[in-house]
Amino acid sequence: MVGAACAHYAARAGLSVTVLDRGPVAGGTTGAGEGNLLVSDKEPGPELELALHSSRLWRKLAEELPAAIEYETKGGVVVADDATRLAALRSLAAAQSDAGVDAREVSGGQLRELEPHLADGMPGGVHYPEDAQVHPALAAAHLLRASGAEVRCGEEVTAVLTAADGAVRGVATASGARLLAPYVVNAAGTWSGEIARMAGVRLPVLPRRGFVLVTEPLPRVVRHKVYAADYVADVASGSAALQTSAVVEGTAAGPVLIGASRERVGFDRTLSVEVLRRLAERATALFPVLGGVRVIRAYAGFRPYLPDHLPAIGPDPRVPGLVHACGHEGAGIGLAPATGVLTAAALTGSAPPLDPRPFRPDRFPDPCAAPDRRPR
Amino acid sequence: MPTSPSDPHRDASGEHAVRSGAGVFDLVVIGAGPAGLAGAVAAGELGLRTALVDAAELTGGQFYRGPSPALGARRPEALHHAWSAYADLRERLRHCPAVSHLPGHHVWSVVRDPGHADRWTVHALTGPDGTDRAPVRLAARGLLIAAGAVERHLPFPGWTLPGVVGAGGAQAMLKSGLVLPGRRIVVAGSGPLLLAAATSLTAAGADVPALVEATGYLGYARHPGALAANPGKAAEAVTHGGALLRHRVPLYARSAVTAAHGRQRVEAVTVARLDRRWRPVPGTARRIACDAVAVGHGLIPQLDLVTTLGCAVRPTADGTHAVATDRSLATSVPTVWAAGETRGIGGAAVALAEGELAGLAAGARLRGAAVPPARTARLRRRIARLRSFADAMAAVHAPGPGWPEWLTDDTEVCRCEEVTADRVREAAADLGARDTRTVKLLTRAGMGWCQGRICATAVACLATRYGASDAGPAPDRRPLAAPVPLAALAELPAESGPKTAEPT
Repeated sequence: MVGAACAHYAARAGLSVTVLDRGPVAGGTTGAGEGNLLVSDKEPGPELELALHSSRLWRKLAEELPAAIEYETKGGVVVADDATRLAALRSLAAAQSDAGVDAREVSGGQLRELEPHLADGMPGGVHYPEDAQVHPALAAAHLLRASGAEVRCGEEVTAVLTAADGAVRGVATASGARLLAPYVVNAAGTWSGEIARMAGVRLPVLPRRGFVLVTEPLPRVVRHKVYAADYVADVASGSAALQTSAVVEGTAAGPVLIGASRERVGFDRTLSVEVLRRLAERATALFPVLGGVRVIRAYAGFRPYLPDHLPAIGPDPRVPGLVHACGHEGAGIGLAPATGVLTAAALTGSAPPLDPRPFRPDRFPDPCAAPDRRPR
Repeated sequence: MPTSPSDPHRDASGEHAVRSGAGVFDLVVIGAGPAGLAGAVAAGELGLRTALVDAAELTGGQFYRGPSPALGARRPEALHHAWSAYADLRERLRHCPAVSHLPGHHVWSVVRDPGHADRWTVHALTGPDGTDRAPVRLAARGLLIAAGAVERHLPFPGWTLPGVVGAGGAQAMLKSGLVLPGRRIVVAGSGPLLLAAATSLTAAGADVPALVEATGYLGYARHPGALAANPGKAAEAVTHGGALLRHRVPLYARSAVTAAHGRQRVEAVTVARLDRRWRPVPGTARRIACDAVAVGHGLIPQLDLVTTLGCAVRPTADGTHAVATDRSLATSVPTVWAAGETRGIGGAAVALAEGELAGLAAGARLRGAAVPPARTARLRRRIARLRSFADAMAAVHAPGPGWPEWLTDDTEVCRCEEVTADRVREAAADLGARDTRTVKLLTRAGMGWCQGRICATAVACLATRYGASDAGPAPDRRPLAAPVPLAALAELPAESGPKTAEPT
């Protein structure tokens, strides 16, 4: 998705763009996610600004691209299950409001109006009307097609070519082709660290595994994206250990999607019954009506995770011509358009629409691992 | 054979003990068809504590499918051949206290025991269609996967009309419920199952106005060695052929049902000649009136569990995949064996022999049981002979590459998600989906209730035809082998913390 957005905005800026992917379109994290376009789960700061800008760009893209991308402004509802969490949620929402987010506090009674099947006894929550969703794989495929870029799927980059002065000259691929270009954009998602290594620089992108449960198709019993207040803390955590919080949403096609687990276990796709158990437990705690509903599928995906939870966007000062657009963790679909615009600005030397400095790709000290930045 | 509720070993070593977490089976056999039944009996007779698990209430699987006892059928064996081998195994199972038969258990996942690296945990659901919420877990030192097969379907315009049923499904309906899908039934597709289905349907009183086979039966003649080595198979084909002759069933070889017509339900089909690549030959279409169509293109090994376990698979002669094993039927994953259709479509006789061999191999490996070499050698010879015939059949009946030409743009390929052929074409040709997985991702084909068990073959063929570059449809990973209620998942006992997390 991020690569498609970079191609789209770079081509729109008048550049000639070729997109290489070793697999098919949407073959990595894009195809394994729910397609969230969220502002609700972000604390005030650079990522939220990126999300707000993206949110506006997504609205425009939804008008330009076919309806098949399934853009839907369903809105998010964050639910607190006790008074302590509600207080924390309130202060987060207040700070988000100051940053320009439409965050509306709702009482327990109003929660039931928004989500009639929600469990009894929830003291309150916050409604975020701007939260939206797309079908991520279709959105990426259609955006890529609309970009007009030359797309070469199934062509794996094996080397980043550099000139004597260290500047990028292009890439070599597994088929033996050499594509010469003054700029190479690294939008390889969870595998971006490898591309960076080919160019001789370090970018500590790690996979953070998540499972999604998919239920049998249902009439709309879940109207918004609904999640528990502890989700925000889990997203921001740097721990390798398993974290699960309920994220439940209905889809236009009928199935309810249930996330979200986070754990750092490398690229291991093995089914974890424990993760399934926890997701099911938390989802049925939010929506008891789902207890009798059957899960027909479960799948794992890998979020491209950087230690401080911010993506790497922009030119790499260590290798002239190398531009990174990666490390968006679980928010890549939502953050893709603004990332594409920032990338295009970097490539053309035009003024960026927001401050790109927090996303500097060389911000991680080398070689020792960066300490986690824990926002709370 | 349902183990009776008063059966002592079931209560002593079966569900109760397992639910409380106390019992560890030497071997859990998944699937109680011919392979699983033979495997459980062989292992049990060697003294292995064995559980024989199946979703159905009765043993026998799809092949030895018996009528519900409530129907009071007097001679269920009339619809089967080789019934005596099955009856013998049932009898041995009844007298084998080491085997617990656990009917009505829907296995939804098999995983390594998080606490014991040398043990497996088999997760199952019970109750009608697996709807009881209390989950069952079985602990096992070894697994025998005998999960059988599912029918291969190739879509055609009108195939979603009521009255169009699977050929295997029609036979199963007949065997278990003694009901017919219609009165005037066209039998179509490809493979030996068609002969058997047409014979059963006519014997049960249906009119079969056409038996439509996409290949020429002469195909077998190209593998005379295999046929000569299997006189039983040749005799079987002659028996079916004779029965069809007596019932005056017209045979249309090198032909296919290329469309079904009707408003509320099927009223007629179009049958057209096919060329060698299975492309309909222009000008050969004819219309045949009917009120049902039983259509099947052979069977596909059921691989949900083995692929999730990480067992290596191999491509088969008929364009699908089967689990790969060594000559003792061990898969690439230690302490996991496979037998029967899971190893490639071969029929009940090969399943019986392989189940027995796998049960013996598990006994030798897990308990050090002494197995007479002559018995093993005899089974191996029998399996080799039957498999060579099965492979020849598979090659003959593999769908030709031209079948998608009988589709129209608006033919539904995936019926659960109502995905048309044209949308598959768009995903593969225009949107950059280079493999079946991405076609599914972009179209939702195979994402519905059946999880691609019906449409995976067709979607893969179409995707390849329209530019996807894979050599063949790799079997899907389906981490859930059966639908599981959320409450059942939520009620599983908690594991203490993740065991494989990287250091932060």
